[in-house]
Amino acid sequence: MTREIMYRDALREAIDEEMANNPLVFIIGEGIAERGGSYKVTEGLLAKYGSKRVRDTPIAEAGMIGVGVGAAIAGARPIVEILYVDFAMLGMDMLVNQAAKFRLMTGGSGRVPFIMRTQGGTGGGVAAQHSQSLEALFYHIPGLKVVMPSQPADAKGLLKYALRQEDPVIFLEHKHLYMTKGPVPEGEYVIEFGKADIKRPGKDVTIIAWSNMVPRALEAAAKLAEEGIEAEVLDPRTLVPLDKEAILASVAKTNRVVIVQEAVRRGGVASDICSIIQEEAFYSLDAPVEIVAGLNIPVPFNLELEKASVPQVPDIISAARRTLHLQPRAIAAQ
Amino acid sequence: MSASAKGANAPSRELLEKLFRTAYKIRVFESEGIKLYRQGLIRGYFHPYLGQEGIATGVCAALKEGDYIASTHRGHGHCIAWGADVKRMVAELLQKETGYCRGYGGSMHIADISQGNLGANGIVGAGTPLGVGAALANQIRGSDAVTVTFSSDGGANNGTFLESLNLAAIWNLAFVLVVENNHYAVSTRIEESTRDTDLYKRGLAIGVESHQVDGNDPLAVYHLMKDAARKCREGKGPILIEAKTFRHMGHHVNDPGKYMPSEELAAWKAKDPVDRARAALTEMSGIEISQIEAIEQEIRKEFDDAVEFSRNSREITIEEFQQFIAAY
Ligand SMILES: Cc1ncc(C[n+]2csc(CCOP(=O)(O)OP(=O)(O)O)c2C)c(N)n1
Ligand SMILES: [Mg+2]
Repeated sequence: MTREIMYRDALREAIDEEMANNPLVFIIGEGIAERGGSYKVTEGLLAKYGSKRVRDTPIAEAGMIGVGVGAAIAGARPIVEILYVDFAMLGMDMLVNQAAKFRLMTGGSGRVPFIMRTQGGTGGGVAAQHSQSLEALFYHIPGLKVVMPSQPADAKGLLKYALRQEDPVIFLEHKHLYMTKGPVPEGEYVIEFGKADIKRPGKDVTIIAWSNMVPRALEAAAKLAEEGIEAEVLDPRTLVPLDKEAILASVAKTNRVVIVQEAVRRGGVASDICSIIQEEAFYSLDAPVEIVAGLNIPVPFNLELEKASVPQVPDIISAARRTLHLQPRAIAAQ
Repeated sequence: MSASAKGANAPSRELLEKLFRTAYKIRVFESEGIKLYRQGLIRGYFHPYLGQEGIATGVCAALKEGDYIASTHRGHGHCIAWGADVKRMVAELLQKETGYCRGYGGSMHIADISQGNLGANGIVGAGTPLGVGAALANQIRGSDAVTVTFSSDGGANNGTFLESLNLAAIWNLAFVLVVENNHYAVSTRIEESTRDTDLYKRGLAIGVESHQVDGNDPLAVYHLMKDAARKCREGKGPILIEAKTFRHMGHHVNDPGKYMPSEELAAWKAKDPVDRARAALTEMSGIEISQIEAIEQEIRKEFDDAVEFSRNSREITIEEFQQFIAAY
């Protein structure tokens, strides 16, 4: 049995079920208790689990993240909600130097089952300090798992899995997805990390996308289908670990790839996925790998400029057509 | 000796001996460790705790099993006072597989989660939020464990000092922040880095019970910490303790510490915490000098055995490392 629920409700169900399962799961963040969080993800949890396990914090991101990491080292299962991924930058020492390193530094005896939930991306008209997609920063740090669900069912299953494994997880939601709906199975289930999902099968070109770029890739695929092009949309769902096998299998089938990321192009995850494909699937390719990415600039406030800064559906369609040699190649990425 | 230590509440022989043993063990570990470093057996950073032994000694003696500590880059003393196995500590410094971190961590990362030691830290000030986190975990578990973070005058200037102590305060956590004010952050004097050098006042500013103590007096540190731990277990935490002290040498083994004024250093050495622990034991317990010598010999032998053990231990193999690579 499945029902249609919103992304934010799916996240809440995951937290609720895991809090019921495990008394060591707790959540802290700004305005998450009485108010239920800025995105309503934690609504009702205070009433259900009490102020010991659902706590508001002062505006102290480095402290909150650090305290979460310490609690995880000491055996609890904290979820630290950070309002915007932009604000997570204040806690980078705790993520990069503490959480990510602890397992290796202790020779394997220390584990850090810590979860930072936060959201990123454009679309809110909230300008440069509230619109970033920063997954590449975390992707770059060995020891952090990076999760970026695009649909409610994935959000729930991945968050539940995160709460049952032993490593620090950067759980990146998208501000545009909270109110999107999708089918979510009834009852308990988890989605293991490192398993990509084919959101739409196709044989002509693989479009790799995550988070809010998945709905855009699906829209592009629907339009391409009208031209007779069957695009396969592959959502890795977790960037670390990355389901390389699924990507290579899809490339072997379609021989053409478009990678879409909302984040800026320079030093991005798309470039890394591209390098894996050229290294391991070069002879399967019938066209250069296309990357459709954000411009290498801070996100502007003006709506038209904001839109111009990140990939839109027509950009994805053009890139797919180029891989099929139906359109001339772009000269170079910006 | 503090006046309160005499009279009806006179410390037991057992306590006095424990304090001396710990302080002396740290002294031996650091002085002999420096020799191993100079012989090239130890690589990387080695920040000696020489001169500050009284603080870890007094604090840890006042804690009990099930409590937690978080430490600093100058962390050997905290581990030893916490009861660490000297063999596994030396082995870690010698990057051996028998070390606390199997040679993956080294001096600045010795930890023992199974015993509540959250670890040393290469990032100045980072232990404060981690310790508050452990205290939070214990509150959520319903445990009455106390968590102590050892920090420093340098660490007190990290932003998370305020952020996390404030979190501990609003949540009434069983947390004690011990600021070891040794007057220097490498070569930078405390007077250069803050206007008010009495760091305990920073706790008062956010409503945290705060004290200052002579860090070179292990017994005074013990009594203050004992009281702080009791209050924490009664839900009256957190508490800040500033312990004034002074290094006996430069910042790390290879820092000659020329910037430390010799008269000031001599004055602090005259208040040597190990000598004071020994004096307290002899004066208050009536122990024979020969017994003290026997204790010292026993501790020296423990260290020598640890070196022998470590030299004979193997290093982690590249094959074993492969498993780790796969896990990451
Ligand atoms: C965040 C950070 N900045 C700088 C350093 C380099 N560093 C290592 S120890 C040290 C001085 C620390 O002084 P203090 O905190 O007072 O501790 P002490 O060495 O006196 O024990 C510095 C600057 C570091 N390890 N971490
Ligand atoms: Mg100092």
